[in-house]
Amino acid sequence: MRDDAPSERIAGGVRESHRHDSAHKHVSGEAVYIDDLAAPAGLLHAYPGLSERAHARIVSMDLSTVRAAPGVVMVLTAEDIPGVNDISPTGLHDEPVFADGVVQFHGQVVFAVIGESRAQARRAARLAEVEYEDLPAVLDIAAARSKAELVTEPLTLTRGDAAAAIEAAPHRIEGRMEIGGQEHFYLESQIAMAIPGEDDEVLVHVSSQHPSEIQHMVSHVMGVPSNAVTVEVRRMGGAFGGKETQGNLFAAIAALAAKKTGRAVKFRPDRDDDMAITGKRHDFEADYRAGFDDDGRVTGAEFTFAARCGFSADLSGPVTDRALFHADNAYYYDAARMTSLPLKTNTCSNTAFRGFGGPQGMVAGERVMEEIAYALGKDPLEVRKANFYGGPGRDVTPYHQTVEDCVVGEVVEQLEAKCDYWGRRQTIREFNAGSRHIRRGLALTPVKFGISFTATQFNQAGALVHIYTDGTIHLNHGGTEMGQGLFTKVAQVVAEEFQVDIDKVRISATTTGKVPNTSATAASAGSDMNGMAAQAASRTIKDRLIEFAAEHWQAPRDQITFLPNRVRIGSEEVPFADLVKAAYNARISLSSTGFYKTPKIHWDRATGRGRPFYYFGYGAAASEVTVDLLTGEYRVDRVDILHDVGRSLNPAIDIGQIEGGFVQGMGWLTTEELWWDDAGRLRTHAPSTYKIPACGDRPKIFNVELLAGATNREETIYRSKAVGEPPLMLAISVLHALSDAVASVADHKICPRLDPPATPERVLKAIDALTRANQGEAA
Amino acid sequence: MRAHIRFILGDEAVELRDIDPTMTVLDWLRLEKGRAGTKEGCAEGDCGACTVVIARPQDGRLSYRAVNGCIVFMPMLDGCQLLTVEDLKAPDGTLHAVQQSMVDCHGSQCGFCTPGFVMSLFALYRNEESPTDQRIDDVLAGNLCRCTGYAPIAAAAKQMYQEGPAAKDWFAAGEADIVARLEALADGETLCIEADGRRLYAPADIDGLADILEQNPDACIVAGGTDVGLWVTKQLRDITPAVHIGRVAELRRIEETDEAITIGAGVTYDEASSIIAAHYPDFGELIRRIGGLQVRNMGTIGGNIANGSPIGDSPPALIAAGAMLGLRLGSERRTMLLEDFFIDYGKQDRRPGEFVEYVVLPKPEPNTHFRCYKISKRFDQDISAACGAFQLRLDGGNVADIRIAFGGMAATPKRAAATEAALTGKPWTEETIEAALPATEQDYTPLTDWRASAGYRMAVAKNLLRKFHAETSGPATPIRLVGDGRLAHA
Repeated sequence: MRDDAPSERIAGGVRESHRHDSAHKHVSGEAVYIDDLAAPAGLLHAYPGLSERAHARIVSMDLSTVRAAPGVVMVLTAEDIPGVNDISPTGLHDEPVFADGVVQFHGQVVFAVIGESRAQARRAARLAEVEYEDLPAVLDIAAARSKAELVTEPLTLTRGDAAAAIEAAPHRIEGRMEIGGQEHFYLESQIAMAIPGEDDEVLVHVSSQHPSEIQHMVSHVMGVPSNAVTVEVRRMGGAFGGKETQGNLFAAIAALAAKKTGRAVKFRPDRDDDMAITGKRHDFEADYRAGFDDDGRVTGAEFTFAARCGFSADLSGPVTDRALFHADNAYYYDAARMTSLPLKTNTCSNTAFRGFGGPQGMVAGERVMEEIAYALGKDPLEVRKANFYGGPGRDVTPYHQTVEDCVVGEVVEQLEAKCDYWGRRQTIREFNAGSRHIRRGLALTPVKFGISFTATQFNQAGALVHIYTDGTIHLNHGGTEMGQGLFTKVAQVVAEEFQVDIDKVRISATTTGKVPNTSATAASAGSDMNGMAAQAASRTIKDRLIEFAAEHWQAPRDQITFLPNRVRIGSEEVPFADLVKAAYNARISLSSTGFYKTPKIHWDRATGRGRPFYYFGYGAAASEVTVDLLTGEYRVDRVDILHDVGRSLNPAIDIGQIEGGFVQGMGWLTTEELWWDDAGRLRTHAPSTYKIPACGDRPKIFNVELLAGATNREETIYRSKAVGEPPLMLAISVLHALSDAVASVADHKICPRLDPPATPERVLKAIDALTRANQGEAA
Repeated sequence: MRAHIRFILGDEAVELRDIDPTMTVLDWLRLEKGRAGTKEGCAEGDCGACTVVIARPQDGRLSYRAVNGCIVFMPMLDGCQLLTVEDLKAPDGTLHAVQQSMVDCHGSQCGFCTPGFVMSLFALYRNEESPTDQRIDDVLAGNLCRCTGYAPIAAAAKQMYQEGPAAKDWFAAGEADIVARLEALADGETLCIEADGRRLYAPADIDGLADILEQNPDACIVAGGTDVGLWVTKQLRDITPAVHIGRVAELRRIEETDEAITIGAGVTYDEASSIIAAHYPDFGELIRRIGGLQVRNMGTIGGNIANGSPIGDSPPALIAAGAMLGLRLGSERRTMLLEDFFIDYGKQDRRPGEFVEYVVLPKPEPNTHFRCYKISKRFDQDISAACGAFQLRLDGGNVADIRIAFGGMAATPKRAAATEAALTGKPWTEETIEAALPATEQDYTPLTDWRASAGYRMAVAKNLLRKFHAETSGPATPIRLVGDGRLAHA
């Protein structure tokens, strides 16, 4: 028997449910977040002064009382910016650091106070006397639609003649759906700390998913070259897309203040201010129209996605694009036409949020399925299944990518059986028939989610691996850790490559000084890309070690095998550390970069054609709910999930992503409601008013499984699949289960058109509307 | 008068002089003490990232209370042991059972909320031996996690008991010593803590409290600080002088007679909940849904009344039950029906220097039905859109007496006088209810805000009367979604 038999494994290799690398530090308070870093001597604090109008000209701004307040060192405004007063991530020059002359939303940063303490800076910031002259403010999608000002170029996807197909179809539905936005509510609010260096240099610690962008923004604002700015991120206390671009402001102001004062400056807004300043998931109005046959098969579908983008473009272009890319979800539309309307409004600039527009597109696509089911009197699951992608002639998306890896039919079929969909459907019908005030609902919805950045150039990643002479490994890559377990997974990859226990792999903070020109850790692609880059770096070193060993031990290359914590060279076994030491002595380089670019993808936005996605992630969820017909309150009783993560790098982490993503998605579709008043002021600006799911809201029964025997037909890292975003959309099943329960009041004859967030108020409204409609029909 | 604060941090005796009396425990830990394990998530007591544990002697043992460090003022620690996440590992560096189970169950992802969860679980672990699933959800309701979806954390709350019994963790070994040290700190002195132009008194007895308030009639009275804390952390208000009533022994009492329960103004929600639940199960269930446990461990029913909020949850229930309020100014005492205390928005019948001393909750009479319903976007730890309480006494199928009170429907907690009148003397039937419901529109003119629209508030208020009727007539069918479904109704 070989001594590398499966029973002998390194600790923490791939496919192992290894714990999060920082878990022991999380639970003991020893994991260091930026606010916990030891304060540099003389640390100052920045605090912003915010616009109190949604849209106004600044007539005058008297900051003398601010400057005179205790502890105030400096006040910064647009005039103090040595470079460019802009942090627009897409180069549109539409997003100033400090409002200059005009404020464009309630909560926009107008100035920043630099104080000896945070409390002093914060108090002083409230003393400004700003005189405004109000300008017309566009606060919601309806107003924005009539004004029709866009923040960026819209996109249209066309395949076939949708209008003609709809006209020719035996059945048609159409409607409009309002889809709410969502606050990220990362537990760690935005934060940056800048430490001035020599000459024009500055080091910025920032809670960001995108250190390279922070570097570019700081350099841009400061008017210094990129090589003067170093950005470091060890970990974030949650991000969810909310730290893809939204950290730019905080980093830029901290860096500016640090260079102006020559002292380190930390900038951490209070939760309420964070929520007022930063962008959120876009709310949408989706107009839909579809034609379908007697089986519910869609012959033509049309969608218009109008999004509230806020005062600037930020990432609204790609976000609204991704809504279009997912309005088909797992369904083949014989002909389709989809258009985006990225609308400008005088509200915070909406941004990336887990799913990146995909969830909004998908939830509209699922509404179409639901409408068809009610129109035909079928169970929604039957209609969904009739429309799945699959087989020749039914495998091309509205963006002309062929779906080659569709497993949705298999996933749904397995889940349907596992969760006893039809048996429970019957039980629920019977329960509802005998229950006057309490009703149950059930829904099973699929997810198909495209993996890759749709901007092809972002699909590249770098890593840096060193081995020290004691055989320990230092790992660095361009991905950032926000809790998703990326650092753990990439360390598992490196451990696996060298066949060393994972505790020999030191995970290090992401820094622009080690790996340059990185992409945001986003689009679920963190492990796919950084794992491959780290593998490439490891293999480069490994190749050198093999070459060295072959020469040193006079053994053929093919007789050199990396076994757990040692290397077999010919008939000899050498501890890994000894091989490394010997290689060092022979002057072999033990450091390497690694690089990866996602293959096969291309996208031509102008024509709406290409292969924007390397592959798709799939999953399905069945949710059962109970609804109180008198109050609209509800409870999620049971959820069953089956999700495809290919061959999992770390099942525990993947299940954590699925469960967490699901509950976050459930929050988006149920209790999380953003509410602006008539003055354009966000009134749900703290956890007291903005309600994310609490512990007791999680499904009472929550069965989560990974699709057994799954793989990735593409050559991803160890054939795994991305998991960050897709599970969020499994929660669409909760919205549809609520809708199903509501529909029972009208004997499932009327589609409830329950728009998210389905707060108890929205649910009761739908119940009342259906009750009235039903009585009207009866009369 | 004592001008310094004394408490124990972990094992370390702490004495603080010249400290800003409204400095929060969170700020002190992070900014003064360099203990950065405790996190700030929201600075308003709603996310639990800053959860720390306060231990106090009780019957020779320590009672552990999870609280939100972001809204506890430093003088409130006087005479207590403060434990933070840094204190949990054993001296040899071994993770505590709570910490190890969180690691093993993959209970952390980003880790920022984790110290708070660990401390909530730690208090549970020390206080209770086998919590139910429902109890675990309750204990964790005040801790928000945005990453995990909670399932692995709830699993850890079970797993921790498998790591070893609380009686054997290293806190058990030191418990007697801490009790003795805390008892030695307990003096009858009034605290007067002053710095940075801010002053806070914390009298130890009720006469001392009456004196201080008479001398400082405009003082800000602080009980648990779960509301006033936000004036400081969010509005940046200077509350000086402040008078903390948490040390006043007489106000921390609950007295029970055959007819009534008298609850001192300093009694916390959590302390009051079991006796209230014994007589008014639904009121107990309502208290379970006020704030998170961290809030219920600090917040008081007295404070919930005295702050006069139109959306406080306990006043509607108390009003429906016919509660009386006791007030004191100097040596003068007076009582009134609770409903008379609320005059208008932000205006209560409390004179300068006067304070709420107690609330008297009459025990339910025979043949009465009592229910209360809290309507909010989220079941746990949310503020009501509307909160309705109903007490009905039937006489041979007819309404002998009905008291209905709502929060969230008017500028104050308010009775539904017109609806009550429309029901009184009538048979307790659906027809009576339907006929009475239009009167609700005379009783209330609710507002639209971020919690709910006026239309929903009115619709749901009417439906709650329907629900009350359905729950108190005919066969008992479960028609509510919260709680454990095992309420024994009065």
